[in-house]
Amino acid sequence: MTPFQRYLVTKTAWYLLAFVLAVAANFYLPRLIPGNPVDALVARMAAGGGAEGEALRRIYQLYISEFGLDRPLWEQFLVYLGNLARGDLGTSFSVFPAKVSDLIWRALPWTIALQLPAILLGWLIGNALGALAAYRGGWFDRGAFVTSLFVSSIPYYCLAIMLLYGLAVALPLFPAGGGYSYGRLPTFTWSFVLDALRHYWLPFLSLVLIFIGGQAVGMRSMAIYELNADYVNYARGLGIPDRRIVTYIFRNAMLPQVTGLALSIGSLVGGALITEIVFGYPGIGTLLFSAIRQNDYPLIQGVTLLIVIGILLANYLVDIAYGFIDPRIRAVQAGER
Amino acid sequence: MDVAAAPRPRTAKRWHPLVITISILRLGGIGINTRFWVSIGLLGAIVVFGLLGPTLLGKRDPLRIVGGLYDPPSSQVWLGTDNFGRDVFTQLMYGTRTSLTIGLIAGAVATLIGVAVGTLAGFRGGTIEEALMGITNVVITIPSIVILILLSIAIASRSIVVMGVIIGITSWPWTARAVRAQTASLRAREHLDLARLSGAGTVSLILVDIIPYMLSYIFMAFVLQFASGILQEAALSLLGLGPTNTISLGIMLHWSLLWEAVRTGAWWAFFPPTVFLTIIAFALLLLQSSLDELFNPRLRRK
Repeated sequence: MTPFQRYLVTKTAWYLLAFVLAVAANFYLPRLIPGNPVDALVARMAAGGGAEGEALRRIYQLYISEFGLDRPLWEQFLVYLGNLARGDLGTSFSVFPAKVSDLIWRALPWTIALQLPAILLGWLIGNALGALAAYRGGWFDRGAFVTSLFVSSIPYYCLAIMLLYGLAVALPLFPAGGGYSYGRLPTFTWSFVLDALRHYWLPFLSLVLIFIGGQAVGMRSMAIYELNADYVNYARGLGIPDRRIVTYIFRNAMLPQVTGLALSIGSLVGGALITEIVFGYPGIGTLLFSAIRQNDYPLIQGVTLLIVIGILLANYLVDIAYGFIDPRIRAVQAGER
Repeated sequence: MDVAAAPRPRTAKRWHPLVITISILRLGGIGINTRFWVSIGLLGAIVVFGLLGPTLLGKRDPLRIVGGLYDPPSSQVWLGTDNFGRDVFTQLMYGTRTSLTIGLIAGAVATLIGVAVGTLAGFRGGTIEEALMGITNVVITIPSIVILILLSIAIASRSIVVMGVIIGITSWPWTARAVRAQTASLRAREHLDLARLSGAGTVSLILVDIIPYMLSYIFMAFVLQFASGILQEAALSLLGLGPTNTISLGIMLHWSLLWEAVRTGAWWAFFPPTVFLTIIAFALLLLQSSLDELFNPRLRRK
């Protein structure tokens, strides 16, 4: 095996281990709830008077067999893994006959449509701003740096709450939440898209501002580090024009920023759960919120699993890509493990 | 985080009037210290408010009902009431205290585990290092919010200490990684050989000859963990998984979102905790960045 293949294999093995551990935690932790989740659910259903007698017994049977609660723990885990492999995340407690995977598929496009453009735009603007601040220095740098530091340090949900109050309640420029107007049904018509867009701007703005701040701070310190590097000094000594040097600096400082971009995209599902809750946006965060309030364990597990898969996949791809791009990392890793 | 930079080449300075004004305002190289003092001032004010407020202004039960739904601020209730008719000002004091306590416990737990794992791995090297760092890398890739959500739903009754500990045990890997790198670079120092020759054991070597040499570094890591602990608690509380039977800044936000304080314009219910969380996060970041420059002069930019 070449060192590079060994690198690939060990990386893959570590990520598989992480994945298995995460899935095991996902499986096991909700089962620590005193009694078991099914008893709790059925007790609640009986108390609410929703279903009675025969119907309740059938619901109970369905969950017992779905969870495999009548079998030993290791067998339950195998049942769980088997269901996962078939893409079956179980049946929701709170929206009873609905499958968890259907609920998630319905919410996911909203989350992606909200976050992906925010991440990309925030990344572009933030990096340009950071590089400019590092290069220009002086008052521009101080102003941009302190502002970016402040914006990026604001917890994203706090900014969301302040924007919602400021621009939708106190000064009603935008609709005060939801993904679309009340009473509409999601369809692919112009009027619906326009309506959804009107509701889109505020949550989008709250996310993009934070991304710009964070990226600018990161890019600035990377670029300052590069500005101080020997090769810049040398290039200056050779009389290479500043504009050329800036492109060198930019390319070197970009590597960690590209990684950051990939990781943000990977963590997009769990990255701004509370933004959606603040704005009542119909994405994964709102879904998780109502699942937690109604103790809908299968739905919670489905969402957490989705978050894990996104992040592990992004990390894995970045590691593999680094192995291709950066020979130093490849060599070090191959030698180390 | 730690950027070791070569000295910046001196370029000819142009004395723009604005530059002169700014440098006078900064009183020579006090740029770092202003940031430091601003952050200390902000944090101090909040800590005093959370810790001494209840004592100075008389102990009151933050969960006691004193008014109606979202009563506006008055001379009786300085910041109005929340959705259950509880006094927001009292809640803010006790909530600040809870959030700071949880952050402190989480930061301490995370720093303790991180330093223990990092120093042991960096100092011993070999198989122990590979095993410990393997575990660290696995834990680092599993998103902590997921483990936090799962742990919180598994533990029905969550006290302040339990919240702090579960946040701490999910956030130590970053510290472990950074501390390992620092330890590995200290390992080759001569004073360690001297200590080894006089028969010091591993634990003593780590405690006496390694940790004191990176105390500033560990302290900065702690500040970061403290800040992120407070924010993690707020995020969990907002999701409805906060500590039970108490009040925290996140729980205040949780209720004001559930009961539509923002959309009904009851600013007194959500604005104070939002501002407090923002100030805490900003002040700790400012403190961290100024300490970074204080301890690592090469980061200073003249």
